[in-house]
Parts: sequence; structure tokens; C-alpha cells
Amino acid sequence: MDTLTLTKDTFRGQIENGITLVDFYATWCGPCQRQLPIVEELASEMKHSAFVAKINVDEESEIATTYGVKSIPTLMIFKDGYLLETMIGLQSKSFLREKLNLYLSIGDTC
Amino acid sequence: MENAIVIGTGPAGLTAAIYLARANLEPLVIEGPEPGGQLTTTTEVENFPGFPDGIMGPELMENMRKQAERFSAKFRTGWVNSFDLSKRPFNLFLEGGEELVTKTLILSTGASAKYLGIPGEKENVGRGVSTCATCDGFFFRGKKIIVVGGGDSAMEEAHFLTKFASEVRIVNRREELRASKIMQDRARQNNKITWSLNKTPLEVVAGNSGVAGLKVRNNSTGKEEIIDTDGIFVTIGHTPNTKFLNGQLETDEVGYLKVKPGTSETNILGVFACGDVKNNKYRQAITAAGSGAMAAIDVEKFLEQIENH
Repeated sequence: MDTLTLTKDTFRGQIENGITLVDFYATWCGPCQRQLPIVEELASEMKHSAFVAKINVDEESEIATTYGVKSIPTLMIFKDGYLLETMIGLQSKSFLREKLNLYLSIGDTC
Repeated sequence: MENAIVIGTGPAGLTAAIYLARANLEPLVIEGPEPGGQLTTTTEVENFPGFPDGIMGPELMENMRKQAERFSAKFRTGWVNSFDLSKRPFNLFLEGGEELVTKTLILSTGASAKYLGIPGEKENVGRGVSTCATCDGFFFRGKKIIVVGGGDSAMEEAHFLTKFASEVRIVNRREELRASKIMQDRARQNNKITWSLNKTPLEVVAGNSGVAGLKVRNNSTGKEEIIDTDGIFVTIGHTPNTKFLNGQLETDEVGYLKVKPGTSETNILGVFACGDVKNNKYRQAITAAGSGAMAAIDVEKFLEQIENH
């Protein structure tokens, strides 16, 4: 399992450095159950370049509230502590991979 | 090359997959952006035969999927970008560049929730505008919510949302509701539900943290007002998922696929349609499942024919 499980205690420290994709989900949300394996595959594919993490909104409602999550699945991309992009609804692996690669390539040139 | 590719995993697609898999045709089922279809966004299904105590929509869909898997239907997640239906076998192109080839095709892509199409709406999807009460109701605990619509689904969603919200206001363009009497009564008896009838939604009003209100026009006085709300759940019906076909198949004026009456055949030989994506007036889980079985049987017959020639 290459997907990190974040809590309110580990969240800040994780997004502080590098690129992290965060998947907000719940066990009772159908589309979330399809998103998780996609995110899981992406995590193992990209483990040398980006972090991939998930947050259970039932258990970590504080983080969800802080970032204004009002629909799940919601996916967010953070870079060095900053929120770069929010995606709402089920996303395909190729779309997420493209997004991560885009932000990774911007990082290289800066 | 596949014998059959089924696109869509609602009751129509999964029933087709069960039938094809049992016929040893090893169908490939492509699961798109709304896996399990509309039923996964409902709560209890009380009218699907065989479940005397009702069954939860998502569970019913999970069961259908398992049943198809039991007979070795293959599943994969994918977004179909384009098709070439001009010759058989058919070519499908997935997002990410992958190409699939199949002798037959079953389209069961269903229909998706319709939006109002008013200013401020699209920008605030996921910021307070939603079409799925069961997915997003959780985020409106103790908040005020508006449900737009007057049909059975609107009544059901409103009723469900009172579990979380402090107040649920039903906004409907007409004075009369389309909903069945039993659903209307259920909503009217719920004291957390309030009503704004005969009012047309004009604009979603948003602040920094998302939706703040809904601007409406009173249809009898012409007066406009903003109703304060934290969330807007749009429940005004569905629209068929046929855009990605790029006009390669015949549809009616709204976009529903046309099939030959009494069959699942589209205007292209070897392409079949079932469930809510095709022109039909019933839109029930059971009729979708039934049409899925028809499509699978039509595919079997078609494959036999082309193999014998």
C-alpha cells in the first residue's frame, strides 16, 4: 500500500514538502469506493515522484471543513504546503497522472 | 478482440454482462465516471422484485456486479473518448490513449442528473451545489438546504436531507408537484421541510466559502428575492449520456438513442442500446435490467449469425 492515510496530526507535515495528491473519501460514498483503487494504483506508479494520500472525512471532518469540502470524492493537489488544484467527483487515473506530471514539471523549471 | 464490450455499469449494463458472461462470451465491461449508475445515489429501493424488505441502491448494484463477476465478466475503469463505428469490428479509444476492438457493442451509459443551467451553478458544484444528496448531505449538518424540483426524487432527497440539515426548503417552478401522492405526503408531514412553490430559480449566489443563497422569481408577482442557503441540491431530472458518441448513432431530439421497437438494435448493425440511454418512458431499475437482458440476447444472436456466414 503506497497510499498514505492522513489525520489532522499528520496532514500539515505531509503537505509541507513536495507534491501530494489528497483523496477525500467516505466508506458510505459509492463513487469514493471506485476512486480509492484508482488512487492506490497511481500511488504505486508515482511513488518515486509524488505522494498520494487519502483522508476519511468521517474521521477527519476538521480537515474537510478547513478546505471547504462539500462533496466527495474531492481530490486536491498540494505543493510545498500550498493548495494548487481541487477536483470534484470521480477522476480517471490518466487525468490525475497528467495533473501530477504537470505540477512536477513546473517544479523542475522553477 | 472482444466478443462484446458493455459500456456502463448501471442495472442495464450489469444485467447484460450477467447474461453474456453466462453464455461464455466473456464480455468486457467498462465502468465510467458514475460507477453503478443512478441507483448508487439513492437510498432504499422498495420496488425491485425479489427484495421484500427493500434493498439499498448501492448494495443492489454491488450484488449485480458480483453476479456478473461470478460468471467471469471482465471489468475495467475507463473513460471512452471516441469510437469508430463506421466498420466492424468496432474501435474504441479510451482516455489515456488505449484502443479496444470488439465485434459487438452494448451502450448502457444511462442518464446523468440535469443541472438548472443558471448563472453561478456550474462554478459552485462541490461548493454547495450538488446533485447527490446521499453523497453530499453529510457536509450540511445543521445547515440550511434548498432542494430544487417537484418530482419523486426531489421529495425523497428532501426527506433524506432532513437527517442532516436544520431546514430543507423545496423550491419548485410550478405550484403543483409532479411527485406521487405518497411521496408528497411523506414530505409534507416532515416538519423540517418548508416550501417555496411557483418560484423560478434565477441564479446561485456564492460567497468565499461557497453557496450563500438562491435568487428566485415569484411567478405570480414577478418579484425577485434571494433565499439564504448553504446548499442547493438539484433534482430536476436526467439527461442521456450520448454526447461522446458524436452523432454516430441515431438519437431523438433530446439525445436518447433510438432503438428498433421491441429490440435493443440501434441503427448500426452490431451496436445495441439498453437502459436509460435509450428512448424510453419508464426509467425504472427493473425495466433497465430487462432491457439489458434483451441487449445481451440480441448480441448472442448477432454473433451466431456473423460466425455462421
